[in-house]
Amino acid sequence: MTTEALRSPAIAQRRGRSELMQQRARAARWFLLPMMIALAVVAGWPLARSIYFSFTDVKLNNLYGAEWVGFANYLQIRTLESGRTIYRGVLADPDWWNAVWNTVRFAFWSVVWETIFGMIVALVLNAEFRGRGIVRAAILIPWAIPTIVSAKMWSWMLNDQFGILNDLGVRLGLLGAPVAWTASPDTAMMAVLVVDIWKTTPFMALLILAGLQMIPKDIYEAADIDGVHPIKQFFRITLPLVRPALMVAIIFRVLDALRIFDLIYVLTPNSAATKTMSVLAQENLFQFDNFAEGSTQSTLLFLLIALFTIVYIWLGKVNFDGGAR
Amino acid sequence: MKTNKLLVGLLTSVTLVAGAAQAAELSIVSGDTGTGLAFLQSELEIFTEETGHTVTIVPMPSSTSDQFGQYRLWLAAGNADIDVYTTDVIWAPQLADQFIDLTEAAADVVGEHFPSIIESQTVDGKLVAIPGYTDAPALFYRTDLLEKYGKEVPKTWPELHATAQEIMDAERAEGATDLWGYVFQGNAYEGLTCNALEWVNSYGGGQIIEADGTISINNPQAVAALEEAASWIGTISPEGNLAYMEEESRGVWQLGNAVFMRNWPYAYALSNGDDSAVKGKFDVAPLPAGVGEGAKPSGTLGGWNFAVSRYSTEQEAATELALFLGSAESQKRRAIQQNNLPSIQALYQDADVLEAAPFMATWEEIFQSAVPRPSAPAQSNYNEASSLFWSAVHDTLSGNGSAAENLELLEVDLEDLLN
Repeated sequence: MTTEALRSPAIAQRRGRSELMQQRARAARWFLLPMMIALAVVAGWPLARSIYFSFTDVKLNNLYGAEWVGFANYLQIRTLESGRTIYRGVLADPDWWNAVWNTVRFAFWSVVWETIFGMIVALVLNAEFRGRGIVRAAILIPWAIPTIVSAKMWSWMLNDQFGILNDLGVRLGLLGAPVAWTASPDTAMMAVLVVDIWKTTPFMALLILAGLQMIPKDIYEAADIDGVHPIKQFFRITLPLVRPALMVAIIFRVLDALRIFDLIYVLTPNSAATKTMSVLAQENLFQFDNFAEGSTQSTLLFLLIALFTIVYIWLGKVNFDGGAR
Repeated sequence: MKTNKLLVGLLTSVTLVAGAAQAAELSIVSGDTGTGLAFLQSELEIFTEETGHTVTIVPMPSSTSDQFGQYRLWLAAGNADIDVYTTDVIWAPQLADQFIDLTEAAADVVGEHFPSIIESQTVDGKLVAIPGYTDAPALFYRTDLLEKYGKEVPKTWPELHATAQEIMDAERAEGATDLWGYVFQGNAYEGLTCNALEWVNSYGGGQIIEADGTISINNPQAVAALEEAASWIGTISPEGNLAYMEEESRGVWQLGNAVFMRNWPYAYALSNGDDSAVKGKFDVAPLPAGVGEGAKPSGTLGGWNFAVSRYSTEQEAATELALFLGSAESQKRRAIQQNNLPSIQALYQDADVLEAAPFMATWEEIFQSAVPRPSAPAQSNYNEASSLFWSAVHDTLSGNGSAAENLELLEVDLEDLLN
């Protein structure tokens, strides 16, 4: 009796709270519904269709007469009459693996440099100085220019005969002769990286700056009083506290870099040294008569990005609510 | 939109005595090189005056590969916004299903055009597009420099190499450090296929894939041709030439920084423009021949045509536009103002045309040696075949494997693709 009397208010209280929670969850679902529908239409359906196409022998001229071929576009093992076994399909295609390698290389180096430069720019912008607002706005310009425009601009700047970079280099004595940056396989990837780093460092800087401004000033004051060296302050205070923002910024950039298309399409469209997964997929989808193969490559690209994101969130313990777990 | 259309319709039916059909609003897509779009605009104004139909130009990038990707996407989606497409000579077999048959509409005029060009636009008895102009490349050379060093226009590629090298070295010693011997289209794209096909064909090395479907590219003459071309890079041609398309090579040439250039006739009028450093200092000749067995001068057949989309809602008016742009009158204006080569035979004897572009007389000779790209035997695989070819050539030019190795691999790849 007594125990029951003691327990019942607690139960009632708990039940009441859960009813409220349920009600809120129901309302939330209704609020989410329009967004979910929009996502399903503009992202879900094309994705599903693309994945479906990758299991068929579809052609661009005949999208509705496709036949199911299973995993043949991914990998098929054929035994020839001579008894030799050959592999066909995207997963056995050296061009595909070359594109994967290019993409990974591009993503790694661009994000590493963007993070370093972004951090430096953010630290500078976080300091108090006159005209800070103007500088902050000015630094965003590369990010605000549409990629296709800046890529075209850079392709003229990098031109070997009338490009300003070669002209400057030769005048200053840094280059012996004009270099064909985008034409030579040795420098093509570097040229693309430079343009991408120039373009996206401001984005990185902005996200890191937001993180920096959330760090309370009094921590630094306390460190100053204790006589901690500024470099030690950076590694012991700034870096750990800015880490959550940094992790989110990095994942944004990596996802963006893994699907890089426009910059490479304009600067070095057909160079094997820079051809990425997206460029290869576009080529097969629209230039060549290989819609199914292109769909397969798009699907693999999607899976790779998804896999990377899951591993990153899991390993990096990224918390999108804004704080480290 | 609707009222606008109605208004235009009303106006034209009032102004035009010969009962004009309802005026249509058309759209035409076209790539741009040099001043091509400005000329097209002026032609469309004449068309509007004559028929009452209004036409909007949708401009596209100059790279033919870029255009093709976009058109293919639009056509696959049944896009009704574009009525008339400006199509490259090689697209007919790949896009034939998406364009209407113009055989009947053009029955009266097909006889005026070069039969080989009409043939290239006919797929299974269906006339896919009306030829607008044709193209065959030429060797542009600096008359002042050749005269200064007492040189003849080279007749073979090795001669060109020697002449270019000599003039370039001598001029550089005199302080013209930016001068190069020869510029062409060396970027990895369709233009390189055109250039390399000329080298191979001029050495008697066939045309990559023969008309009967045989893959002929792996032969000693083709290897010799590519080896010769590879020897130009870094000697008479800048290394950056490996990234040049038409406009980049024209840029180097027009600044006066090249002795020779391979380009299409559109560059003739532009090089004679007032802002050109080579104005009045150059002439054109057929491209050089190769050396060895079966050597002959060669040029890749190019050209642009007008096709009517199957999905157009104004097919009748659109057909009118295509016929207008391919007509003798329009082609004559084009030849005079743009120096584009007419696809209508009679215009090569036309006094006005020859006065404006005297070089056109020599083009009949170039046409006789013109070689088609293998778009007919490769059919829907042409783009991929072409891309395999230009990649093999680009690799060879940039020193990534020898000509023999790359062509052997190319043969295997083409067999895999086509069989």
